[in-house]
Amino acid sequence: MGKKAKEVNVDDKLYLNRFKADEKSHLTIIDPEICRDKCTNKDCTVFCPAKVYEWRDGRIMVGFEGCLECGACRIACPHKNIEWSYPRGGYGVQFKLA
Amino acid sequence: MPKKFDAIVVGAGMAGLAAAYKMSSEGLSVVVIERGDYPGAKNVMGGVLYRSMMEELIPEFWKEAPLQRPVVEQRFWMLDKQSVVTSGYKDESWAEEPYNCFTVFRGEFDRWFAKKCEEKGALIINETLVESCIVDDGKVIGVQTNRPEGDLYANVVVLADGVNSLLGKQLGFHREWEPQQVALAVMEELKLPEEVIEDRFNLEPGMGTTIELFGQGTMGMVGTAFIYTNKQHISIGVGALLSQIREKQVQPYQLLENLKQHPAVRPLVRGAEPVEYYAHLIPEGGYNSIPKLVSDGVVVVGDAAQLVNGIHREGSNMAMTSGRLAAEAVIHACNMGHFDRDALSSYENELNNSFVIKDLEKYKDASHLLESNPRYFNNYIPTANMALREMLTVDGVSKKQKQKKLTKSILGKNGLFTLGKDIYQMWKAVR
Repeated sequence: MGKKAKEVNVDDKLYLNRFKADEKSHLTIIDPEICRDKCTNKDCTVFCPAKVYEWRDGRIMVGFEGCLECGACRIACPHKNIEWSYPRGGYGVQFKLA
Repeated sequence: MPKKFDAIVVGAGMAGLAAAYKMSSEGLSVVVIERGDYPGAKNVMGGVLYRSMMEELIPEFWKEAPLQRPVVEQRFWMLDKQSVVTSGYKDESWAEEPYNCFTVFRGEFDRWFAKKCEEKGALIINETLVESCIVDDGKVIGVQTNRPEGDLYANVVVLADGVNSLLGKQLGFHREWEPQQVALAVMEELKLPEEVIEDRFNLEPGMGTTIELFGQGTMGMVGTAFIYTNKQHISIGVGALLSQIREKQVQPYQLLENLKQHPAVRPLVRGAEPVEYYAHLIPEGGYNSIPKLVSDGVVVVGDAAQLVNGIHREGSNMAMTSGRLAAEAVIHACNMGHFDRDALSSYENELNNSFVIKDLEKYKDASHLLESNPRYFNNYIPTANMALREMLTVDGVSKKQKQKKLTKSILGKNGLFTLGKDIYQMWKAVR
């Protein structure tokens, strides 16, 4: 798109939102070995709009605290390897506007 | 508090609140269960609320509801890398009562709408997640929440739990959505002074505009970008089929940033301060993805029923109408004293007779056509830009010669037959 746009740091965007993080994650990798052995692209680390998933030290780290609760990872994980529920009532992101 | 209600509504969005309002207006005992801190805390939409469907519930609601701006102009942009072909429609009558549609903040509007439901006697329970439906002998008889002793019972459960609709999936009403059945959209609210917004968008005080952008905004993926004016904010977002975002290895926030940097968009958002960031799925499967809508003791409404017309970016209207029609079926069932599938089936019949299913049926092949034929987004939009660039750039080349070059470029790659076929198929898909 013309000149290449500057790289965005999604943390700057997430910082704008109000999150009430639960202690327990509402997102679970069902079988970490599938991420390690069968998943070549680690798509979730790219398409997740909150960058919840990061590949570090041979495993997927799940930063559920910044989840925007869209549901994309549940549907688009190529190995259906993410167990996805909503955060408990009253937890998670709380939008003011939208 | 009675433990058994006439109806439990899961989810305080447009569809759920519309159903709750209608049912409680008719004297039914209704409880709405919302997982956010307040109605709207989890609800995300681009921002256009349609007047007509809301008015079927609350006449002249615009006199008291928290709205942003009446939309007086709708623009359509076909974006290429550094150019844009624009069109649109502006109408003075949209600036007057009863208006056509409004931009809104769901965080404000849904809270107000929920209060209206409470005035009619509905009970709104926030901060509570429904984990499953309670099923007895194949009949839905209530819901299980995450609260201690949080089981609630009702004659009918209205599933208004949004696009993900985990509850509908649990009941076997639909399988898990495929990545090509949903769009992933990201959006930001950008803060700007009112007068600056009105100057930049050529608006009278208080009036609003919408821009839908096709083409480069989604990097040619099937989807749209959008820019809507609020009072002191601009909503800017972009969404595309989740399957294509995954396939192209696109970071959604980078897509949004690219859009903000586009030379046609940049001046509109210059100096604006981001204040909130969202992501949301949009049902795109249309008519062919509609799940089972009615079963014993349960109905499905709004996004949970995948009722979105992606071609016309309509969703809140379908949510409200489906909620209202479901409510009428529940009221009817209450009068008869039966709550099985047959007793509730008038919802499905009325929905079929309404604009909701008629419009979805009309466009049932359009989304798939755009997805399976990349030429619409990737060839024809750049070609339109190129055509205008050629004809409007004055450089001493004769118009006839430019025309020749254009024709060659339009037909060059695929020939006249392909062009004709594409035009015919699109006409067939939207006629």
